[in-house]
Amino acid sequence: MTNVLPAPTDLEPAGTRRPREREHSVRTPPWLYAVLTLGLFLVVVPFLWMLVSSFKPESEVRALPPTWWPETVTLSNYETLLNRLDFPTYLFNSVVVALAVTAGNLVFCSMLGYALAKLDFPGKRALFGIVLGTLMIPGVVTFVPLFVMVTKMHLSNTLLGMILPFLAGPFGVFLMRQFITSLPDELIQAARIDGAGELRIFFSVILPLCGPALATLGILTFLTSWNNFLWPLVIAQTEDKYTLPVALALYSVGQNATQFGLLLAGAVIVVLPVLAIFLVLQRHIMQGIAMTGIK
Amino acid sequence: MATLSTASSTASSTGGTPSRHVDPTRRAQAVAAWVLALPFVLLFLAFTAGPVLASLGMSFTDFRRADIRSPLSVEFLGLGNYTELVADPVFRKVTLNTLLYLLLGVPLTMAAALAAAVGINRLNRFKGLFRVGFYLPVVTSIVAVSVVWKFLYRHHGGLFNTVLGWVGIGEVNWLDDTTLALPSLVVMAVWRNFGTLMVIFLAGLQTIPREVAEAAEVDGAGGWASFRHITLPMLRPTLLFGAVITGIGYLQFFEEAFVMTRGGPLDSTRSITYFTYDQFRFGNFGYAAAASYLLFLAIVLLTYVQFRWLGERDERPKKPSKKRRAKEATTA
Repeated sequence: MTNVLPAPTDLEPAGTRRPREREHSVRTPPWLYAVLTLGLFLVVVPFLWMLVSSFKPESEVRALPPTWWPETVTLSNYETLLNRLDFPTYLFNSVVVALAVTAGNLVFCSMLGYALAKLDFPGKRALFGIVLGTLMIPGVVTFVPLFVMVTKMHLSNTLLGMILPFLAGPFGVFLMRQFITSLPDELIQAARIDGAGELRIFFSVILPLCGPALATLGILTFLTSWNNFLWPLVIAQTEDKYTLPVALALYSVGQNATQFGLLLAGAVIVVLPVLAIFLVLQRHIMQGIAMTGIK
Repeated sequence: MATLSTASSTASSTGGTPSRHVDPTRRAQAVAAWVLALPFVLLFLAFTAGPVLASLGMSFTDFRRADIRSPLSVEFLGLGNYTELVADPVFRKVTLNTLLYLLLGVPLTMAAALAAAVGINRLNRFKGLFRVGFYLPVVTSIVAVSVVWKFLYRHHGGLFNTVLGWVGIGEVNWLDDTTLALPSLVVMAVWRNFGTLMVIFLAGLQTIPREVAEAAEVDGAGGWASFRHITLPMLRPTLLFGAVITGIGYLQFFEEAFVMTRGGPLDSTRSITYFTYDQFRFGNFGYAAAASYLLFLAIVLLTYVQFRWLGERDERPKKPSKKRRAKEATTA
């Protein structure tokens, strides 16, 4: 599993680097650990404060001066979110949209990624140019006409309308192409000599080797979709179609704006699954970033 | 493979029309390639290319929400929306805010990321721990962290003001002050985003050959001198790339302002994206499209200027090797 994604900048073979590196490893000054630990503390504090405060009753959340540790630990904020407000529905919507978008990207992006990496065809260069160019197009440029179109298709205020525009993103194509380029051509030639058709080669020879890249793409797409805001905000018109970020944002500026305990518990529900996924699978994510240079 | 490739280049130069000389596996490849590309291409045409063009078209009209049902009543305005935007005091204000956000945010984010990357790169142990820790905020929802930071920034009893109170600084009105609100959002953005650049810079640092730093040390260069004259110049392509992607992101800021300040106080945190969203909500689709196109233009311009100013054309770190490899593959 290690070193599955090639770092294009890493031109030296791994074997030749290692011993030299160890030989010259400079001793780390102790103050550096201290400074970085302080930095790490500052980065993590907002999350800790969020988590701790979400277990305080509303009166304690607004206490002056603030209490560091909850004097009364309560789950009432979470109970309100799950029972009185419709957070289970928002959670469901977020999961459905993120899973569908992820599935679409895995399938469609690896297909085009393979074609761009290993096949010769007219229009290849232009197509790759389009993929790279699309990376630069901000969502704010397309959402107005997209809204008109989706409304005409009677898909506004539906989850399908939320999913469709994101089913195949340029980032995925780029990532899959990078990975598949590094697979040896001999595999494909051998399969051709054995008489396998071109599509068959993709599905039975190439795709099974793409596991690590698909894992990276899957995680990153899921996270991006989970956090996506502008388009779901535009599309969702009734509460039952809200995703988690939309619900949280609208509550935080609406009539619940002053109920901080409740909002922080909502933030925990949005943030915690993502942090857990990231911590468990972070190696794949880091490799993906190092490889493409893009989140 | 060598003969196949040359066959392909002649095939593609004739526009792909099947001729007698085309190798059958070559044609099978082209057909398979387009079958594989088809879903992406269709989705791209429908949901990206179409809307990008439609947005441009719309920006020259007075398209309003009601016109979704009756598109015939739409009138062509030429550059009307654009001239109106340039004269619109709110649009001027949001443009200024967006530029300020960019000018404050990009250098601060780059500095934080570079400091973290250089520090981590010198560690013998716990590299992974710090890398993952500093990256945590990047994966979280901006909406959710904005809710949290709004709480931290509270005037009375917020964490920041409480801590500042210990050192005798009175309560600061972070988010309700027209001059402080925008920088406060920038600080959160730096916290949220520097991890991405840190990872990219770390990868860049690892490409600097040890011999170079070593030679500098032999020549008597201290830590700062070697950072200034070796690390920075050698990291230039990576820094450039980092500046571009961060800049593109910051030009579109919206969610933090939506949650933390609602664009206020007095529009001091309203961005171009926010303005576009507002006009969309008011039903002024043509006007919104024009505003979004100006932002798009700014993004293209920024990318171009940064590549021009800071380096040569082929300095983007990852691209050249890929292109080179692709070229090698086709010419092999």
